[in-house]
Amino acid sequence: MDIFLQQLANGLTIGSMFALVALGYTMVYGVMRLINFAHGDMVAAAAFVGLTVYTQIMGEATSLGAVIMIFLLTAIVMACIGVVLERLAYRPLRTAPRLSAVVSALGASLMIQNGIMLVWGPQMRIFPELVPQVYWNLGNVVISLIQVVILLLSLVLMVALYLFIEKTRMGAAIRASSIDQDAARLMGINVNRVIALIFIIGSSLGAVGGLFIGLYYRGITFNMGWQYGLYAFVAAIIGGIGNIPGAMLGGMLLGLFNAFIAGYISSTWADAFTFILLIAILVIRPTGILGERVAEKV
Amino acid sequence: MTMTNDILFEINNLEVSYGSIAAIKGISLEVRKGEIVAILGANGAGKTTTMRAISQLLKAKSGSIRFKDRELTSMPAHKVVRLGISHSPEGRRVFGVLTVEENLMLGAFTRSRVNQKTLRWIYELFPRLEERKKQLAGTLSGGEQQMLAIGRALMSNPEMLLLDEPSLGIAPILVKAIFKQIREIANSGVTILLVEQNAKAALKLADRGYVLDVGTIAISGTASELLASSKVQEAYLGKKH
Repeated sequence: MDIFLQQLANGLTIGSMFALVALGYTMVYGVMRLINFAHGDMVAAAAFVGLTVYTQIMGEATSLGAVIMIFLLTAIVMACIGVVLERLAYRPLRTAPRLSAVVSALGASLMIQNGIMLVWGPQMRIFPELVPQVYWNLGNVVISLIQVVILLLSLVLMVALYLFIEKTRMGAAIRASSIDQDAARLMGINVNRVIALIFIIGSSLGAVGGLFIGLYYRGITFNMGWQYGLYAFVAAIIGGIGNIPGAMLGGMLLGLFNAFIAGYISSTWADAFTFILLIAILVIRPTGILGERVAEKV
Repeated sequence: MTMTNDILFEINNLEVSYGSIAAIKGISLEVRKGEIVAILGANGAGKTTTMRAISQLLKAKSGSIRFKDRELTSMPAHKVVRLGISHSPEGRRVFGVLTVEENLMLGAFTRSRVNQKTLRWIYELFPRLEERKKQLAGTLSGGEQQMLAIGRALMSNPEMLLLDEPSLGIAPILVKAIFKQIREIANSGVTILLVEQNAKAALKLADRGYVLDVGTIAISGTASELLASSKVQEAYLGKKH
C-alpha cells in the first residue's frame, strides 16, 4: 500500500509534466496534422533558458517573485522561438507533401538540440533549487513541496487552457481551424494567426514543463528533449492525438503507468513498458482514449 | 423584387488553374444588387472553382474580382467575409464535432458580438436548427446540414451570399423547402450568387443565369431566356428536341 501511494504521488507529478508537454504536440497536430518533433527539444531548451534567466537576469534569487519571473520570462522566450520556428520551418511547407514538413520538423529538432549544446555545452548542468526542499512524511509516504507545486500549477494551467479553448472566441477559432481550415477561413478566421497562437500556447506550456523537469530531476542535458518529448508524444497518442483533454488524460495515465512499473517491477524497465503500452494502444485503439479521428499519415 | 442597375459584384477575365491545368479560362460575369444569379453547368465545368476563387480559397491566375469597387484577388481569404460576402461551400462543410449553435456562432466570428436579430431570423427560416441547436452538426441529416451551412453564412449579415450546390445530395422535399427559404433570404435584401447542377430548380429561383462549360461561359441570359433555350434544355434539363 505504501508503494502504491508513493508511486501514485510520483506518477501524478511526472504525469503532469508529460501532460504539459503533450499539449504542445496535440494542439499543433490538431490544426496542422503535423508531428512537431522539435517540441521535445524546445522543452529541453526551456530548462536551459530558465537556468540562464536565473543566473544572468535574476541574480540567482529564489524568492517567490523571482521564481515567477523566471517562469514568465522563459515562457515568453520559448513562445517567441516557437513562433519563429513555425514561420521558418513549417509555414513555407504548409502546402507541400506532409512528409516534407515532418523532415523539416526532424531537422528543427536536431538544430535546437545542437544549438543548446553550442550555447550551454555538452555536459550535464545542474538546475537551480528554485523551490525549497520541503518534505512531508505521511506515514511511509514522502511528498515534496516540488511535487505539490508541479501538480497544482499544471492543473491550473490545464484548466485555464481548457476554458480558453471551450469558452472564448479565439478558442472557438482554434477548434474550427482544427476541424476544417478552409471552412474556418470562410468564417473570417485568420488561420495563420491561429497557428501562431497554437505555437505560443504550446511552447509556453512546454517551457513550464521543461522548467518542471529541471526542478524535479535537477540534472539537465542538451539532448534530454528527445526522451521527454517521446514520452509526451506517447501520452498524446494515448489520449488521442489532436484532442486537448486527451493529452491531459494521456499524460497523467502515462505518468502513473511509468511510476507503477518503476515501483512494482523495475525502473530500468519502465521505458520498455511505456513503448509496449504505446504499441498496445496503437493496435487496440489507434484513435487513443478520447480521439475521434484516426491519425492519417505521418 | 428589389433589383436595381447597381453592379455590386463583377468578375473580369478570371483565370484559375490547378498547377498546369486551366480550370477557369477567362470568365466574366456581374451581379447587381438584389439579384439572384445562378451559375449552371455540368460536373467539372468550374462552378465550385469559381466560388472558391471569389472567396480567395483559390488564388486567381489572372483577371479581377471586384465587390463594391474593392479588388478581392489580392486579399487573404479570411478578409473577404468582412467585406460582406459570405460563402456556404459545396458539401456544406459544417463543423461536425461542434454543436449547431457553436457553428452559428462561428458564422458571426467577424462580428464583435452576435446579432440576436439575425439569429432569430435564421431560426425562423430554419426552425429545425433551433430544435437541434444543442446537437452536434455531424449528426444532422444532409438537408439539415445544408440549412446550417446557409444559416452559418448568414450570421455575418452579408450583403452577398454565395451558395454552392445547396441541393446536392439532399432529399427532394427538403430541396424544395430550402429553395423557398433562399427566395425568402433574397427578399430580405441579400444578393445571391448560386451555383447549381439542378438547373431547373435554380432557374425557377434565379433572375439571371450563366452556363459554364469546361471553364468558359457558354450561354448567359435571364432565367426565362435560359429556360426557353433549346441548348440549355438539351444539355441540362434533360429534354430532347
